[in-house]
Amino acid sequence: MPNFHHRRRTDVVAGQQGTNMLDKLASALDFDRQALGLRFERQKVLAGNIANADTPDFKARDFDFSRALAQATARDGSHGQLAMTTTSAGHLGGAASGSGAAPEMLYRVPDQPSLDGNTVNMDVERAAFADNTVRYETSLSLINTRIRNLKAAMQSEQG
Amino acid sequence: MFSIFQISGSAMQAQSQRMNVAASNLANADSVAGPDGQPYRAKQVVFEARGRDGSAGVGVSKVVEDATPLRREYRPGDPNADDQGYVSLPNVKPVEEMVNMIEASRSYQANVEVLNTSKQMMTKTLTLGEG
Repeated sequence: MPNFHHRRRTDVVAGQQGTNMLDKLASALDFDRQALGLRFERQKVLAGNIANADTPDFKARDFDFSRALAQATARDGSHGQLAMTTTSAGHLGGAASGSGAAPEMLYRVPDQPSLDGNTVNMDVERAAFADNTVRYETSLSLINTRIRNLKAAMQSEQG
Repeated sequence: MFSIFQISGSAMQAQSQRMNVAASNLANADSVAGPDGQPYRAKQVVFEARGRDGSAGVGVSKVVEDATPLRREYRPGDPNADDQGYVSLPNVKPVEEMVNMIEASRSYQANVEVLNTSKQMMTKTLTLGEG
């Protein structure tokens, strides 16, 4: 009977270590996950710009990737807590849970105004699209490398 | 995840509809009488961004008829001529339609490229963690 009790306790301890390890695994991949997610988000925005190249009064959008990534990782660093900005002494501080807020969308500055109010410059959009694709794939291969490294660290030595 | 396909797909659909209309205009550039007995009027598609800030692509909101006056030509012997000997001809401008057609074709190609690139991206994403 004491033997059984003892075995159960070690099981519980191992279980706790297991969740900690999963947390670490998740946080090891978190930066790349955020980067990949934002790259995909940008890809959608650029695809939308290209799709609307002939739509009257359409304004091309984009967002500052590095700033969005900094914001996303800062948010995740505080475990999904959104810090409230206080701009006046009378404001209450606070934190709301949840992440995944959309990046701040900006308007592209048109270099050649067109008569129909459309600000899509096809060359700019296509160059940005190609650039974003390569960077997405870079993020992807970085994640792949990280996963491979983690897997290698988990393998036993005999293999 | 697959909304890029929807965005580019909607643009391809819209551009091909524009091409259809341009083709119809060119084909009817000399149609003196349509089914209603009136001369053909040039048609133009109107694009409209879908979703918030075009995040769901583009669509054709309506097809409008060109309101510019019809072309009039002096053909006294024509059975469609009015009492002054003039025949009303469609207000299709073939040069404008050709430009429209080329532009639609280029935009279509750009969207096909976006679609293909995104497809490759998705396929690579599917193999994440295998390598």
